[in-house]
Amino acid sequence: MRKPKSSGYWASKADELSPRGKVGGGDGPSLVWESKTLRPWLKSAPERKESFATTSGIELKTAYGPEDLRGIDPQRDTGYPGSYPFTRGIYPTMYRGRLWTMRMFSGFGTPADTNRRLKYLLSKGETGLSIAFDMPTLYGYDADDERALGEVGKCGVNVSSLDDMERLFSGIRLGDVSTSMTINAPAAVLLAMYICTAQMQGAPLKGLRGTSQTDILKEYIAQKEWAFPPEAHLRLIRDMMVYCTRKVPQWNYISISGYHIREAGASALQELAFTLADGFSYVDLGISAGLPVDSFAPRLSFFFNSTMNFLEEVAKFRAARRIWATVLKEKYGARDPRSMLLRFHTQTSGASLTWQQPLNNIVRTAIEALAATFGGTQSLHTNSYDEAWALPTEESAELALRTQQIIAEETGVADVVDPLGGSYYLEWLTRQLEVGSYSYLDKIEKLGGVVGAIRSGYLQREIADNAYQTQKRIEEGTSVVVGVNGYKAKEGRPIKTLKIDERAQRTQREALARLRSTRDSRKVESSLGELRRALQDEKSNSMPFLVRCMKSGCTLGEVMQVGREVFGEWQEPAVL
Amino acid sequence: MKDGEAAKDTRIKVLVAKPALDGHDRGALILCRAFRDAGMEVIYAGLLATPEQVAQMAVDEDVDVVALSLLNGSHMTVFPKVARLLKEKGGDGVLVVGGGIIPEEDKPKLEAMGITGNYGPGTSLKEIIEHIRGRVRKVRTKPREATPRGLPRSSKRRRPARGR
Repeated sequence: MRKPKSSGYWASKADELSPRGKVGGGDGPSLVWESKTLRPWLKSAPERKESFATTSGIELKTAYGPEDLRGIDPQRDTGYPGSYPFTRGIYPTMYRGRLWTMRMFSGFGTPADTNRRLKYLLSKGETGLSIAFDMPTLYGYDADDERALGEVGKCGVNVSSLDDMERLFSGIRLGDVSTSMTINAPAAVLLAMYICTAQMQGAPLKGLRGTSQTDILKEYIAQKEWAFPPEAHLRLIRDMMVYCTRKVPQWNYISISGYHIREAGASALQELAFTLADGFSYVDLGISAGLPVDSFAPRLSFFFNSTMNFLEEVAKFRAARRIWATVLKEKYGARDPRSMLLRFHTQTSGASLTWQQPLNNIVRTAIEALAATFGGTQSLHTNSYDEAWALPTEESAELALRTQQIIAEETGVADVVDPLGGSYYLEWLTRQLEVGSYSYLDKIEKLGGVVGAIRSGYLQREIADNAYQTQKRIEEGTSVVVGVNGYKAKEGRPIKTLKIDERAQRTQREALARLRSTRDSRKVESSLGELRRALQDEKSNSMPFLVRCMKSGCTLGEVMQVGREVFGEWQEPAVL
Repeated sequence: MKDGEAAKDTRIKVLVAKPALDGHDRGALILCRAFRDAGMEVIYAGLLATPEQVAQMAVDEDVDVVALSLLNGSHMTVFPKVARLLKEKGGDGVLVVGGGIIPEEDKPKLEAMGITGNYGPGTSLKEIIEHIRGRVRKVRTKPREATPRGLPRSSKRRRPARGR
């Protein structure tokens, strides 16, 4: 790995941007307001709470004014949309030019089940596909593996072979849609299947558009769906980067994800800082593979959470763009402005949805979606109100999509770029999150980078501790969640939910049995053998070998098993 | 053993586990911290342990309770499997409680198999802790049968109190 260009870079940024002078202190007019208006008022009418803070523990004043923007240069730091450092948006016209992509994450049961749902969503005006895979697929086990029992098709669609991938996209032209695949540990294998499917449809690889999530670092940090130790996965990601840069140039081979970090219990600041840390690690990886930064950085994209603390979320998106642009330019020497653009997908928060009074979740999702659009997201998934209960029904998924369409068409928020820009509070909060991120980045660098911080359990513990504190505040009643620890209903009203039976498991196991009995087993053996040798040779690129394995009829589990034998499995450090 | 004999009789020992392909550990890790703060001795099985490994760990560690958490819809397959393996391995006195995304209609079926709690999202930590304390209290105050010592575990109907 390349040595950091400037050790101490992060600390110096944090120091450079920290507010100078008396923190929280005002000047002239604000002091007068405080003494003449605020204090006398508080004497007779105290505030609801002794102190107010964001989810990141940032303490809040009663009101913000121009004195809080000291040190924030409106030209240098905020600027205008489509210009460096892109705080206000990555394009000059944003949603006035084109609305965000409405991309609903969906997948369950067999590939045929999900194929029907994808076609249904496309018919309702969805503009991009997004595939959810089941747990066995995410961990790289076949549907007929002992470990997959009871889990096939439950949390997403099961894809165990190239045949499954073809069934999933049957009747959908891969040359004409963009597809996002939420797949991480076996991302390279699923991408190989997608490439084979596109080739069989006659779609040129140069024009293939879409995203594979691939972000393994956040798996160790938060979602915990891994197969091999970090170094092995990073090597496979390097192979994807190099292969895609040459052969599938429009494919976003990695989506650097804060979503799961937040869902696991992180604060907005932790989500922001840890995700950016992951992002910079992938930049380091590309550079160490010999790729010039401007040849691959434009393909890196992000995936954030949007949850309930509305303005902190908007500030988070803005801070993310500013930090990414600044660091790519200053630290990595990027010249192409596209390398500096932080493009991102957003999903509303699943963890914010409540099991109690589920219809309230429609309101939560709408507010979170609004924050994402105020934050300038490029694409958006809105959760369905029934998702604390089960995977969404067709009806609830349609309602969630309609929520986006209502925001886009009826509210007017898409008519002006960064409509909240310049708000005293928002600009101040954006800066706070920026400074906090640089401090975290410094700490992570000192722990040996992201992999070091994962191996020591630091990142996992930070999140678990914050999750516990959040839960304790709900327990004590200092945080109120409507319907859960406040405004409770006497008894719950049941809702209709999607049921996934064991039929998917049966169908998938039968399909695998058919595949195993009809394929050419010599071709399977030889392609798996070639793959093994490629994986053992660190210098080799594994992608062409994975493609060959898929074409020979190897299953996902067989390929991943070769990886497990070559690389070993990952044991998480203690996080208690 | 670090604790005194008396403490061992009162302190509840609990194994928290997610015995399936399910990385959603936010709830499990919160429970570990909450159980610990409530004075229990907590062991976390770590992710991706199999039902066999969890049952074995429960017996080896001589725990009072196994607390299972799954959010991936496989609870009807996996929870009963752990309960069955516990019995097979001689841990038939170990209490099993569950939680996660568990549909209402599954709860009575799990209860009938002795897997209780089965709490969903939004349940207070206090309620879960009280449930565990209540079940352990019930088992511990039940009059002891005269079981000869030294008998293999599997042949005893109830696990003897630890520390004897």
